[in-house]
Amino acid sequence: MTTATPPDLDRRNRRFGIFALVLAAIAGAVFATGTAGVATTFQLNDVFGEPAYATLPAVVVPVAPTALFLALVIAGVGLYQAVRGFGDRATIVISVLLGLFVLAFLVWAARGQQLQVLALLRGTMRAAVPLALGALSGVLCERAGVINIAIEGQFLAAAFTAALVSSATGSPWLGLVGGILAGGLVGALLAVLSIRYRADQIVVGVVLIVLATGVTSFLTSQLLVPNPGLNAPDRFGAVTVPVLGDIPLIGPLLFRHSVTVYLMLLAVVVVQIALFRTRWGLRLRAVGEHPKAADTVGIRVLATRYRAVILGGMVAGIGGAYFTLDAAGQFSREMSGGRGFIALAAMLVGRYSPAGALGAALIFGFADALSTSLQILNVGIPSTLLLTAPYVVTILVVAGLVGRLRMPAADGQPYVKE
Amino acid sequence: MTTPEGPDERQVPPPSPDAASADEPEVRGAEERDREHAAPVHAAAGPMERFVAAVTGTSVVVTILAFVSAMVVGALFIALSEEAVRESMGYFLARPGDALSAAWSVSAEAYGALFRGAVGGAYQLSETGTAAIPLILTGLAVAIPLRAGMFNIGGEGQVIAGGVVAGFVGFAVTGLPFLVHLPLAILAGILGGAAYGFLPGILKARTGAHEVITTIMLNNIAIYVTDYLLSTDRFRLEGRSDPISKTVEASAVLPRIFAGLRLHWGLLLVVVVAVAIWWLLERSTFGFELTAVGKNPDAARAAGMSTGRMIVLGLTLAGALAGLAGGAQILGLQQRITGGFSGGLGFDGITVALLGRGSVGGTVAAGVLFGALKAGGRSMQGATGTSLDLVVVLQALIILFVAAPALVRAIFRIRAQGPATGELAKGWGA
Repeated sequence: MTTATPPDLDRRNRRFGIFALVLAAIAGAVFATGTAGVATTFQLNDVFGEPAYATLPAVVVPVAPTALFLALVIAGVGLYQAVRGFGDRATIVISVLLGLFVLAFLVWAARGQQLQVLALLRGTMRAAVPLALGALSGVLCERAGVINIAIEGQFLAAAFTAALVSSATGSPWLGLVGGILAGGLVGALLAVLSIRYRADQIVVGVVLIVLATGVTSFLTSQLLVPNPGLNAPDRFGAVTVPVLGDIPLIGPLLFRHSVTVYLMLLAVVVVQIALFRTRWGLRLRAVGEHPKAADTVGIRVLATRYRAVILGGMVAGIGGAYFTLDAAGQFSREMSGGRGFIALAAMLVGRYSPAGALGAALIFGFADALSTSLQILNVGIPSTLLLTAPYVVTILVVAGLVGRLRMPAADGQPYVKE
Repeated sequence: MTTPEGPDERQVPPPSPDAASADEPEVRGAEERDREHAAPVHAAAGPMERFVAAVTGTSVVVTILAFVSAMVVGALFIALSEEAVRESMGYFLARPGDALSAAWSVSAEAYGALFRGAVGGAYQLSETGTAAIPLILTGLAVAIPLRAGMFNIGGEGQVIAGGVVAGFVGFAVTGLPFLVHLPLAILAGILGGAAYGFLPGILKARTGAHEVITTIMLNNIAIYVTDYLLSTDRFRLEGRSDPISKTVEASAVLPRIFAGLRLHWGLLLVVVVAVAIWWLLERSTFGFELTAVGKNPDAARAAGMSTGRMIVLGLTLAGALAGLAGGAQILGLQQRITGGFSGGLGFDGITVALLGRGSVGGTVAAGVLFGALKAGGRSMQGATGTSLDLVVVLQALIILFVAAPALVRAIFRIRAQGPATGELAKGWGA
């Protein structure tokens, strides 16, 4: 996208600009009309958890003027984009405009009611846990040159094993270890089949998903259903970080979560640094970009790929354990519900970087949390349709913002030493 | 592979990362082919070698061996999930015979029930045929885009779209004669699925959005939209609160072939469609261009073909077939739209197409085979209590072994000269 030729750029500018103008028109026509005199309250305090040291006042905004103001801002920026263009920054500008549009929508959707902003954002963080960890798994594998579509399978395997181990031992930590090992096992299968036996990696990925679905469903009906005691895992509770957890807004948002959230944030930071600031990461990326050159300078290509894919599976395993040890508290068939694929989309949207993957995971997580918030608000849209929000957003983001990617050059290609 | 008690089902010699270097005995230099030009690799060999290679290297032998391997691994699953076997495992070292014979009898019993349930009589054969009808169609819906290097995971959504539209025309349109109403409803199903396949096609052609992601998202959207539709008065059966639609008019029902058996005339549709698709892929310009785009998009573009057009047409055609599958399920079998009526047919289509190696004949054969597995699995679940999910495990294992022919050859120590990879789909860059 950065190397678009001028006529391409012109067309893209216009397309983005017109898109922004359409957003502005919707915001102005729908959100700003018929709501005169009604106000929306944004509640910023944690109304469910322990009280913080200080509480923030609720933000009350009038619906119509706020929506109109936001519509005008979007229209103004969109017009500039259509006529002059922001060049390379256009994607960021459009993202900000989309954010403003969502804000206008929220103001309108919660009109006359109270929107639990903190609950929405906390829900975003939690929903982002499996997405970011799954995307990290994808980043590790694909940076090393192996396509990992099996994230969904790694989730299911890990979620099942974590539930089983935690139930049997009574320790969520051992459950987490079990989940990590199960994710690593699926990663190892992917590695063996795609690196040693050079099977088509997308096919193997899909097959591993079907296999994990089948095996976990089979064992659920044969093992867990007759023995409910094996499907009652001890879950991770919320851990409040001292001092930091008491800051208003920031505290409950970032520092009052279960272990899985902290692990996710830690994993993103560690992988980001390891990939781009260490010799290990340089070698891993070299293997994914130009295995022959890497081989020539003495890097063991296949061993590096094995390690990356198995490590990726283990990272996804943490995300899988989240489902049973944190979110749900028991295993049910196909409980990951396609989130492995949303994680894949997050990896693509994040352009194969851990930090980008976290950003994308937060966007998709927000869509997920938003559909829950809107069901509570009862905005007049049927809840079944609201549940499509994360998927619609994923399609829009992948089609509109990602476009054609610069993927690692040797991604998906088996390496054969001469 | 999550089973905590069964790590031993892996027949793969566990390769330490270091041992997995490229100098395996069965990997020859001849297999170092260009990814884009899958030329026959044993052209230089003598006639005898070529014959041996043709037999041992063909997908038929590998497929049969894959099937055997999958059955063996599946038997381990059956055995290990059985209480009696696990108990006899407790004194395995003292009396290994007990555990082994218990495992053998349990899995033999399950597989026996599976086999009888698939082909044991007229009723069973009818059930196999009934199950195979949608599987062949969704299998073709995956096989066609595979020609163009695309992976259609959206069969599920396309089945739902086709079934919902066909069902709607089936119950909402009234007063038409059979000869008009049934074709209209079937056509509506085809168009519904086609529209749902067109979407990822146009998105890929215009914006480069990868079809694997967009089709998965569309699957989930289709499920929720169907749930929504089934909650509206226009669709919902009067007096019911669960997601079930009104009944299709008698004039739009695909009739049964034999009285008392569920096999319906969708079978004939499948035969006609399969022949037409074979002609389209193997004999028509469209099929040639589709394959050309899949093999080498740059060369196809240089030759004046439009890759974008092939992407859109390929996925739209795939959607049409999956939509027909959905329509046949509703009009021929259920006569009502229910929540989750597609039941994974779209995903089964992936395994069917992969087992059929993307060819029309292979896909039809694989569809019949998996139809038999499905029908037999249901009867097995009733007879021995072994969960139907075993069939999914078996399907996945079969494809796993088929997708990695080198793995099967390594297990059975076959020296092969065929292509080392089972490469079918393309990576992200396609």
